Amino acid sequence: MFGKLTLSAIPYDVPILVGTFIGAAIAGLAVVGLITYYGKWGYLWREWLTSVDHKRIGVMYIVVALVALFRGFADAIMMRSQLALAYAGNPGYLPPHHYDQIFSAHGTIMIFFMAMAFMQGLMNIVVPLQIGARDVAFPFVNTLSFWMTTISFLLVNVSLFIGEFSQCGWLAYPPLSEQQFSPGVGVDYYIWAVQLSGVGTLLTGVNFFATIVKMRAPGMTYMRMPVFTWTIFCTTVLIMVAFPILTVAMGLLGLDRYLGMHFFTNDGGGNQMLYLSVIWGWGHPEVYILVLPAFGAFSEITQTFSRKPLFGYKTMVYATASIMVLSLVVWVHHFFTMGAGPNVNAFFGIMTMIIAVPTGVKIFNWLFTMYKGRIEFHATMYWVIGFMITFSIGGMTGVMLAIPASDFVLHNSLFVIAHFHNVIIGGVYFGYVAAMNFWFPKSFGFKLNEAWGKRAFWCWFIGFYVAFMPLYVVGFEGMTRRMNHYDNPEWHPWLLIAEVGAVLIACGIVCQLTQLYVSIRDRNLAENRDLTGDPWNARTLEWSTSSPPPFYNFAILPEVHELDAFAHDKEAGIDTRRAGGDYQPIHMPKNTACGFLIGAFSFVLGFGAVWYIWWLAAVGLIGVIATVIARSADNDVDYYVPVSEVARIEQEHTHNLMAAQAAE
Amino acid sequence: MADHISSSGESHGSVGSYVTGFVLAVILTVAAFGLVMSHAMSPSATGGAIALLAVVQIVVHLIYFLHMNGSSEQRWNVMAFAFTVLSVLVLVAGTMFIMHDTSINMMSR
Repeated sequence: MFGKLTLSAIPYDVPILVGTFIGAAIAGLAVVGLITYYGKWGYLWREWLTSVDHKRIGVMYIVVALVALFRGFADAIMMRSQLALAYAGNPGYLPPHHYDQIFSAHGTIMIFFMAMAFMQGLMNIVVPLQIGARDVAFPFVNTLSFWMTTISFLLVNVSLFIGEFSQCGWLAYPPLSEQQFSPGVGVDYYIWAVQLSGVGTLLTGVNFFATIVKMRAPGMTYMRMPVFTWTIFCTTVLIMVAFPILTVAMGLLGLDRYLGMHFFTNDGGGNQMLYLSVIWGWGHPEVYILVLPAFGAFSEITQTFSRKPLFGYKTMVYATASIMVLSLVVWVHHFFTMGAGPNVNAFFGIMTMIIAVPTGVKIFNWLFTMYKGRIEFHATMYWVIGFMITFSIGGMTGVMLAIPASDFVLHNSLFVIAHFHNVIIGGVYFGYVAAMNFWFPKSFGFKLNEAWGKRAFWCWFIGFYVAFMPLYVVGFEGMTRRMNHYDNPEWHPWLLIAEVGAVLIACGIVCQLTQLYVSIRDRNLAENRDLTGDPWNARTLEWSTSSPPPFYNFAILPEVHELDAFAHDKEAGIDTRRAGGDYQPIHMPKNTACGFLIGAFSFVLGFGAVWYIWWLAAVGLIGVIATVIARSADNDVDYYVPVSEVARIEQEHTHNLMAAQAAE
Repeated sequence: MADHISSSGESHGSVGSYVTGFVLAVILTVAAFGLVMSHAMSPSATGGAIALLAVVQIVVHLIYFLHMNGSSEQRWNVMAFAFTVLSVLVLVAGTMFIMHDTSINMMSR
């Protein structure tokens, strides 16, 4: 009846997990209680959970990403504390079984549910506004993508309290991840979470590719597209190329585990090395999927706060496109030591070094954009400058690792850990936080507090160096990654320093939370409100509409005459909104619960399959199929916003604009 | 609401093109099964032949069922397809290159 699920699967004998469970339960009950107390369930359901509005979906993605950040960071600081303690005979406080789950969960959560969710949130909020569109190409698919990502994250968190998570690292290399060596449900949780969230990401990729190709405002040719849209465009292409590879890799591993096949086993003709090649065929494009949008955000922010157009727009576009292509031919640098010969390693080593060239071009473009600009040292700009320094260092250590001969020394050491945190924190995370600070007023109509933003930056920036520079050192001294305890006295002081760094980063996260709290508290102060819709005097179309934008984004679709359309219109004295113009009824999609339902049934399917509860998995699968059929048969999916309603909303914004101008 | 925006101008094929595609697909499928079941060729030649038939099958599907052609409305489809082929080739050829080299070096073959 319950498959493998028995009472012994609940880890009530592990104090850390029980404590976590109690904490999570109290927090969850508090949230549920508050929503009930204020009677907001109906509002939440109608306006958010079933919304097909890309702006709301984007905000929900980022909420999920922030929750994932806390979970992932809790894992991180537990690992650092374990390594600060577990020295010279002291076993530390995390037994290997628990510790291995923590490092696996940390990587999985940070990549799939923090970074990917954050990135999809940003593209949801910004791209349709930036290209002058009213929504994405497939609004229903958009909510479906969001729910697939969210329920997968839920599945990972359920594994905390029911059963266990994978102990095989964030990519679950066989043969360790095969049934023979990992008979528990941990790897199955991993496979289903990654598989289901992969569906969501792939759909997002298709959706935004179609949106950018088909729905740009009149006059916006490819070479007039804002750089952020360009980077998202290349990212969606990479998603469409790379995520099917991940699906196949997970599918084959799943067949091995569930049906006793032999794709990656030691015996029966399997070849575990093939898994490495396939998974990194996805994994390397994935890092560019994450970092390209960050590059786009940096470009928008740099030009806005340097008060001049981006230096070398065209080279930026070409650099992005060449990174897109080159990122598909570098994947072997993750396993140079596997045993391939010098010709394979030399080819992929050289390609890896070449990909540093377009990235370097971008760094110079940002520097030249700042050069002779009137730079405003806004909190957002701090993250950009911190990124340029940190990412350059990370890039250089990356080129060191691209040399196969030196990789043989450094492979699997903490040097590698330091390197990729150097580029992922310094590039991806700084970029997304900068983007969140930059576009926050667009989403909510008020600015984020700058003082707390700067405090968060300094804690993260210094904390990063204190936490990860020591790891370069112990990496050189031969400390391997994923180690539970050690007795080398040379490593110990460095790992203590790294622990201090992790605490500093924790302060950074606290500052970010405080920043959110303070900003929401002071949202009605005149200096924080954004009445004009253009708080930074920025250059692209999303700033031409109100903050927050009306649900239809643009009453009249903007006409694009130039690159940086809004800046051009402001200089030429053109009213991009054409306020009071000839409004037409606006065709909009209706909200739908189908995305939520498909997500919920997929969760049931995943959970049933993890525990071999086949009837439950069948219920989930049938539920998914039935919902899809019901949705396909539903013709009542859209409506028209009447002209009077459009005129009323636009009038209100015009009033706000005039009031703001009068106040200046 | 009744007035949905219809999908833009692309052709959705005629009965004739679907029948042609179906007949070609059946012939190609039967040919592949026939080759394997009749043992007409050596095992390696059979493998090569059915791989070839599979590629032709893909092309038939693309033209007759997915309506891909050189017209300007289809440019995006053709470009996307070309990029797909490129990346599949990179991945498949790359993996074969890597795995072959590894096998030689590790003396597993």
